[in-house]
Amino acid sequence: MTIKDRVIAIIAEQAVLDVADVTMDSTLESLGIDSLGLVESIFAIEEAFDVSVPFNANDPSQSDFDISSVASIIAAVEKLVAEQHA
Amino acid sequence: MRRVVITGAGTVNALAQDVPGTLAAMREGRCGIGPLEIRDRERLSVSIGGQVKGWDAEAHFNRQQIALYDRFTQFTLHAAREAITQSGLVFEDQLSLTSGAVLGTAGGGVNTWDDNYRTVYEEGKNRVHPFVVPKLMNNAAASHVSMEWNLRGPSFTVATACASSNHAMGLAFQMVRSGAATAMITGGSEAMLCFGGIKAWEGLRVMSRTACRPFSMNRDGMVQGEGAGVFVFEEYDHARARGAHILAEVAGFAMSSDAGDIVMPSAQGAERAITGALRDARLNPEDVGYINAHGTGTAANDKTECAAVAHAFGHHADRLLISSTKAMHGHCIGGTGAVELLACLMALNDGVIAPTIGYEDPDPECALDVVPNVARKARVDAVLSNAFAFGGLNAVVALRRL
Repeated sequence: MTIKDRVIAIIAEQAVLDVADVTMDSTLESLGIDSLGLVESIFAIEEAFDVSVPFNANDPSQSDFDISSVASIIAAVEKLVAEQHA
Repeated sequence: MRRVVITGAGTVNALAQDVPGTLAAMREGRCGIGPLEIRDRERLSVSIGGQVKGWDAEAHFNRQQIALYDRFTQFTLHAAREAITQSGLVFEDQLSLTSGAVLGTAGGGVNTWDDNYRTVYEEGKNRVHPFVVPKLMNNAAASHVSMEWNLRGPSFTVATACASSNHAMGLAFQMVRSGAATAMITGGSEAMLCFGGIKAWEGLRVMSRTACRPFSMNRDGMVQGEGAGVFVFEEYDHARARGAHILAEVAGFAMSSDAGDIVMPSAQGAERAITGALRDARLNPEDVGYINAHGTGTAANDKTECAAVAHAFGHHADRLLISSTKAMHGHCIGGTGAVELLACLMALNDGVIAPTIGYEDPDPECALDVVPNVARKARVDAVLSNAFAFGGLNAVVALRRL
């Protein structure tokens, strides 16, 4: 499974949706994931990829982790994984 | 002052996962204590408990709820559903604004603490699930009850060790009586039958390794249980106006502090709570037909409690019935008074006194009629439920048949 597929699977599970319903331009809000669902998704990503996600729930926009869409989350995770293996 | 009645009851405990099943077990004198089924049991010297077996969280809650609900919250919500369904109350509009939940628990989400300490200490992981705090906090159960049933009035959690649920029910009673609330969801819950929860109790060396035998000469300690009892306390006129079935009147409540020792109980402190509850309920000692004892099965509690009852009731102490149901469901710690209030309702409504099972030898220091081993038929009009906590905090609830 690619990073993209694994991130989509995590988000789909959190949203209680089929993976096919999670598109690249979906936002967490459009998928019905609330703030608790977001931190739970980030936890699942950290566990799955053994990375540390720089995310502060007090001010998500200031975090160095773009959660504006599924595509941006995947890109951020790919970057973290690449840095980890660098 | 307004009068307060009970219009719903619910429970989960080692005897059953509902009220009818629990009362049937109490009537039969069935023992719900058995071998513990928990992780690392072989490292515990205590291996018995009143554990809720066959608890199927997935049958009651969805995956996202389970991620947020510690076991003590799950028990609470399940018991609350039974109680609120029985009451027939729907919390909307003004009733929603003037109703709340006051619940007792000693430890809150002990399983959540235990699991996550394992994660960081034993497994050496540096990351825990994001819901650890909202799951373990002592007020989680009260908060989820408020959310599930739209209770927008006063809600909070009381933690007074083994008296938590009696204190909670006493405060709920006072709030309805004073007019601060129309209906209150109250009682308590505990779920600390996990490795850390039992290991902590082992340290005190007050636990029996064989059985809970309250008031019996050969008693050798308490046995932990788990579970919840939840009730709907409602203003009497409100209940009557809607034709609700009334289970009992909450007649009075009193609390006292020993101001003595952090673990050793005081007969004087217990007696002051008992006589205070009688006074608050405007009951004479001879009006009381049954007392559900704290009756933990420890050397210290049982003789102290009997001395307190004997002194508070004088000659009537030899005529009233007193039993401890902890020998059946174990000591449910912060939820125990609520589970035990069910025996009080059975006494008032069915005329059946739950027995003290496991009773083998009379103890001259506990020379009261403790209803040994077999339930008894008796018509009683008023009852007390005792709870005397570590820390010397005592809480006694008085109920009366309406």
